[in-house]
Amino acid sequence: MLSGWFVALLSAAYLALLFAVARFGDARADNGRSIISANVYALSLAVYCTSWTFFGSVGRATSGGLSFLTIYIGPTLMLLCVGTIVKMIRISKTYRITSIADFIASRYGKSQMLAGLVTVIAVIGVVPYIALQLKAVAASLDVLFEQSGHAEIFWGLDSTFLIAVILALFTILFGTRHLDATERHEGMVAAIAFESVVKLVAFMAVGLFVTYGMFGGLGDLFQRATASPELGRLLQMDETRAGTWTTLILLSGLAIILLPRQFQIIVVENVDESHLKRAVWLFPLYLLLINIFVLPLAIGGLVFFDGQGVNPDTFVLTLPLARGAEALALLAFIGGLSAATGMVIVETIALSTMVCNDLAMPLLLRSRWLQLAKRQDLSGLLIGIRRAAIALILLLGYIYFRAAGEAYALVGIGLISFSAVAQFAPVLFGGMYWKQGTRAGAAAGLMAGFIVWLYTLLLPSFAKSGWIGNGFVEQGLFGVEWLKAQALFGLSGMDEISHCLWWSMFANIGSYIVVSLNSTPDAVEASQAERFVDIMRHGRRDADARLWRGKTSLGAVVELLERFLGVARARQQLQAYAETRGHADWRELPADAEFVHFAEVELAGAIGSASARVMVASVVQEEDLGLEEVLDILDEATQVRAYSRELEFKQRELEAATAELREANERLRELDRMKDDFISTVTHELRTPLTSIRALSEMLHEDPRTELTDRKRFLGIIVNEAERLTRLINQILDMAKLESGRAEWTTGEVDIGEVARESMDSLGQLFREKGVALDGDIPAHGPLVLADRDRLTQVMINLLSNAVKFVSGDGGRVSVKVAAEAGRVRVVVADNGPGLTAEECAVIFEKFRQGGNTMTDKPQGTGLGLPISRQIVEYFGGNLWAESRPGEGASFIFTVPLPAPEA
Amino acid sequence: MKRASPTRQRLSALGLIGVPLLTYPLITLPEGSLAGIPAAYLYLFGVWAGLILIAALVAESKGK
Repeated sequence: MLSGWFVALLSAAYLALLFAVARFGDARADNGRSIISANVYALSLAVYCTSWTFFGSVGRATSGGLSFLTIYIGPTLMLLCVGTIVKMIRISKTYRITSIADFIASRYGKSQMLAGLVTVIAVIGVVPYIALQLKAVAASLDVLFEQSGHAEIFWGLDSTFLIAVILALFTILFGTRHLDATERHEGMVAAIAFESVVKLVAFMAVGLFVTYGMFGGLGDLFQRATASPELGRLLQMDETRAGTWTTLILLSGLAIILLPRQFQIIVVENVDESHLKRAVWLFPLYLLLINIFVLPLAIGGLVFFDGQGVNPDTFVLTLPLARGAEALALLAFIGGLSAATGMVIVETIALSTMVCNDLAMPLLLRSRWLQLAKRQDLSGLLIGIRRAAIALILLLGYIYFRAAGEAYALVGIGLISFSAVAQFAPVLFGGMYWKQGTRAGAAAGLMAGFIVWLYTLLLPSFAKSGWIGNGFVEQGLFGVEWLKAQALFGLSGMDEISHCLWWSMFANIGSYIVVSLNSTPDAVEASQAERFVDIMRHGRRDADARLWRGKTSLGAVVELLERFLGVARARQQLQAYAETRGHADWRELPADAEFVHFAEVELAGAIGSASARVMVASVVQEEDLGLEEVLDILDEATQVRAYSRELEFKQRELEAATAELREANERLRELDRMKDDFISTVTHELRTPLTSIRALSEMLHEDPRTELTDRKRFLGIIVNEAERLTRLINQILDMAKLESGRAEWTTGEVDIGEVARESMDSLGQLFREKGVALDGDIPAHGPLVLADRDRLTQVMINLLSNAVKFVSGDGGRVSVKVAAEAGRVRVVVADNGPGLTAEECAVIFEKFRQGGNTMTDKPQGTGLGLPISRQIVEYFGGNLWAESRPGEGASFIFTVPLPAPEA
Repeated sequence: MKRASPTRQRLSALGLIGVPLLTYPLITLPEGSLAGIPAAYLYLFGVWAGLILIAALVAESKGK
């Protein structure tokens, strides 16, 4: 049996544990060893899953089937837009923004009016949601006690009130421990992450117990559902709900960023942008896991309690209890408590910051009382206001809970809150990406959207609770048909949430854009717009400093910081700032624009940007920069950026050009070296025949008595060597012409077969003398190619004379084959000489490279024939290469492309 | 000017693909059931899990 005391003790123990986790997190943060890792950050996002998820999803699934999933699919898709979230985090960190109200106000010229408006919308929109959490805890207590026969009143006190008080104390202890410059609460985040784990484990445990303990698994449950027409409907995707489905995905996708507690956790509490990379998949995974058993639980509950009228919102508790699993029911209760407390703590902290900075401070700063207390340290007062705001918000939640009672189902309230905060979307995202959005436009958009939301969603929900007459819903305001609250202008056939979202977004976006385009921003607005939209660009600092001009003293600004941050904290921040600017002591800091900017941002972290602006202006003699001047400065900054981009581009071009030049230079050096090599080889080659000519001539000249036979032999050698010299010089000249491109070509249609035959004929004598067989396989009318006839003949003769040189006198055989193949003519000159190694096949085409061993044998050619032939063939677009193996003869093959057929 | 990081672009693209996959009319396509579990249920959770898996692979890859 569950006794009230036991449950109370357990809850107290759980809250104490939470407290210990938070304490630990804070202690670690104070020591500078943050426990906020990527995983903790991702888990803390699951503050999104409130008791509405924990209890309400099952209830929703019993009526809407799978449509409850939209509330979790939307955030999954939204989180994938990491770029937008990173931009929000970057902006918030740079300007010490501590709430969504501050974000919007700061963007539109640090406007106190906008900050207040956003705060009011958030409070009105979210207080019912807090009430919902209290209601969930109260309802779960009721279930636990009803089952064990206890009364729902506790110690003669209202248990819900007790819960509200405990939550308020808890929130105050951790939310307002000190006035942190960035409003970060690491202990609280750690506690929230811990709670996320608890609620996931609890919900999964109940899901597994019901699915596998009470029923025969998922398959069994779904089969039972399909068997009944009533339940089978839950498993169908109904086309008529397509609009609602999409609306809810959009709404929940916006809520994941715009709900004050989500903004707090995602943006303000973010320690490191890179943590988002984990959150982008870990948080959706969490959502997926916590939703797997929702539909099975809903079906299980409907099957088990068929017709007993048990509230589906309590299935998570009543199902285990019905089977007597009290420990599991307690775990489920703790899970629900986790979900509720997590939400309430973060939401009230976020709201209290907004109420304090954006509603209370502006009023106090205007009052005479604060002026009198000018010398006083105000940081204590700030904390006091925040604590009071927390208590007040929870009290409001409690009052709403009391008043609303059972009037409206859990699910409805959550979506009403989502729709309220969705009104921030146009001004928030517009502000981040659209510079023309103005304060007037933002205010108009927010007001219009809020009023439509109030009229089409909140007031009708009041009417349903019976607080106000429902005439405006049933008959329309003043009886005007087209003013019916949930069928505005006759737009019916939608569910109330889609109807509200459609009309409120129409009014909101429309007003925002139209008014923005028709109003002129003031100087602060224009500069803030620039800062927000261009936050991701570099070089912002210069413009920041130049956008302010005025006179002040260091003392006055420091005094202001000390008043709002407390003396110790202010000095600490000043010292840190002085060090970044290269001063050993903050007293040496110049009171310049950059310093004033620093002070304002620092102050914004404590009291919000709008109030910070007012306070800084009060101690500084500012020169009012007109809009024109601000735009000029911003323009200039943009131009400077453009110039620097241009310079960067030019530099890259220059670098590319330098690299090209360097490469060209390398190539030239290489060519130069090759030329030197060539010349020394050429001189060497020329000297060999010259030396022998000279030696023989000298012998003849000096010894007139030389025998006639010797004399004839010598003269024969001289003639031969002279011929070789002439040939060599001719070929060198030819080579030089070819290489420099000055060779003369007479290109025409050439019958390549005929060229081959003629070359064979002209060398026939040579072959016969040496006794080498020469045969040809050449078509009668040869393929026609575009080439220079004489040059082709030169190649042919060169290849043939090479072949005859290397085959042996007896049994030597050279064959020529001409054949057309795909798009080209292939000419092969094959011999059965000694053959070449693979390496030789390649080097033989180098200049002055000769076949055979040049060290021992007498050179048989000039070593230029093949390089020249290759140049010629390549000039006609073909290739020349050798194929051979040692001992198996060699084939020299060249190809010439066939002319393209006339199209 | 800095280019948007490829990881962020890939994740955004994933989000965009997710929208048509997880809304009407595509979600009405799966019909019948598999091992007793309705195809629509399997489809929604399957696509969702697939998106999470790809997002994890993209976000945790070192090549940034």
